[in-house]
Amino acid sequence: MTAFLKNLIRNRVMLFMVLPGAIWFFFFSYLPLVGTVAAFKQYRFSREGFWASLMKSEWVGWDNFKFLFSTNDAWLITRNTLFYNLAIIFLGLVFAVGLAILLSELVNKRLAKLYQTGMFLPYFLSWVIVGYFAFSFLSMDRGMLNQIIGWFGVEPIQWYSEAKYWPYILVFVALWKTIGYNSIVYLASILGIDKSLYEAAMIDGANKWQQIRNITIPLLSPIIIIMTLLAVGRIFYADFGLFYQVPRDSGTLYAVTNVIDTYVYRGLKTSGEIGMSTAAGLYQSVVGFVLVIISNYVVRKIDKDSSLF
Amino acid sequence: MNILAGLFALICVFPFVFVVIISFTDEKALARDGYRLIPKEWSLAAYQFVWQSGDTLLRAYGVTILVTVLGTIISLILMSLYAYAISRKSFRYRRFFSIFAILTMLFNGGMIPTYMVVSQLLHLKDSIWALVLPLAMNAFYIMILRTFYSTSVPDAVIESAKIDGAGEFYTFMKIVIPLSLPGLATIGLFSTLGYWNDWFNALLYIDNPNLVPLQSMLMRIESSIQFIQQNSANSSMSLAAMQSIPQDTSRMAMVVLATLPIIFAYPFFQRYFVQGLTVGAVKE
Repeated sequence: MTAFLKNLIRNRVMLFMVLPGAIWFFFFSYLPLVGTVAAFKQYRFSREGFWASLMKSEWVGWDNFKFLFSTNDAWLITRNTLFYNLAIIFLGLVFAVGLAILLSELVNKRLAKLYQTGMFLPYFLSWVIVGYFAFSFLSMDRGMLNQIIGWFGVEPIQWYSEAKYWPYILVFVALWKTIGYNSIVYLASILGIDKSLYEAAMIDGANKWQQIRNITIPLLSPIIIIMTLLAVGRIFYADFGLFYQVPRDSGTLYAVTNVIDTYVYRGLKTSGEIGMSTAAGLYQSVVGFVLVIISNYVVRKIDKDSSLF
Repeated sequence: MNILAGLFALICVFPFVFVVIISFTDEKALARDGYRLIPKEWSLAAYQFVWQSGDTLLRAYGVTILVTVLGTIISLILMSLYAYAISRKSFRYRRFFSIFAILTMLFNGGMIPTYMVVSQLLHLKDSIWALVLPLAMNAFYIMILRTFYSTSVPDAVIESAKIDGAGEFYTFMKIVIPLSLPGLATIGLFSTLGYWNDWFNALLYIDNPNLVPLQSMLMRIESSIQFIQQNSANSSMSLAAMQSIPQDTSRMAMVVLATLPIIFAYPFFQRYFVQGLTVGAVKE
């Protein structure tokens, strides 16, 4: 015991440094873990505060989970979350790598810089703003899209109540917002490739396309695999802003826009199904945790330095 | 090549330009023709209206600026101290506190338990702290910062400061911070952007209209432009005046005004963001 105290005293300055952050982690990360027991209770908010609400709510065991998975919703939100994330990961990768190669090939470096600045803009905008941008195109009576199809004699479409278009719209908006940002990582790797490789290829008579196929892409593949695996690790978490702001919370679209995160939020704020929403959140956390661990394990096998832990 | 890259850059910037144009369009022309790239009638009415009911917008701006400044300072202090301690090999408990941070990346309680803690245990509902504290720490940023420290501050420098009799804290303030400024600036900017663009915490915790930040105000006027009126000092508008509000264009004018600071600022800070993105997390 005295040795332990001695160590504490010897490390007191460092301990003092981590203390505020550790307190934050305790309240905002570790205490909510205690709160997840609400998933096994018939939860009721009580006036007496956090502990009282948790303690006094009745145990219902796995009922919340049983109820959740007996509904159509559970399958729907899981499907939507996975489908959208897969589409965004795959298409985002293709476009971001392509764009990085394009930018690296530009002769005029000042122009390349300017383009990059333009492509980076969406990353800096909040989802609220992006939701307004989308509205200026998709508004029923005033949006640009309906005007454009009007030129071809097509009747205006009620975008915000037609579910069938939304998978394309959402994937498009997600890509629009993230491609410029993602391409930066790949561009940095391309610029780090040894120039003499390309010179040697040129002497051997390789054209641009052959150089890209045989030098750039093989040398990029470790970073591509790692970025993709890390994204796959987060495949169970949807971007709440995209699915909440862009469809403007339109009820008729829920079948194709409701993901786990928006489902949990609505359980808290509108339908009041606290127990079931907490169960959905816990289900997301557990599956998400397993996926992160697996993907990180694979990344570690490929490149120890790129893994998260 | 050039055309393709240019085209994509244009697609990225175009919606913003479009919204700016809408905000300068005459409301009646809008009702007649819809949103046009080249409107038939230009008008400043939207900006006049926003200006007249300006205190709502100004207050929202004030809340956002306060939260952003306060939040960035607090999160930088917390994260830089934490990251420094776990970057030091002489710190006996560094493994414990590294894992303590990393675990939070792997598993979190989720939205609802966090909501319970913030609202029922910490009682932060309808306070400025509900907007500041939830974003204050981020395990991922701490790892990036730790990497910055270990690459920009050689152990030898810290050792020699020790030999000269400098205390741990003095060393950190006088030697480590100046050497790792670029890293701190990078993380500071990530934080700043996060606070400026945050609407989620306001959605969860803020009901008081006086504490509504900019992004959240944009969400509220989406459903009703009257939100600006109700909370404006000169809210004694007649019904007729209510109906003459240039609704659509005013919304877009608000969007423009909320986005302008970012549009102007980000090209200057882009460098740091690129740096933060491309710094590899160095492991031991």
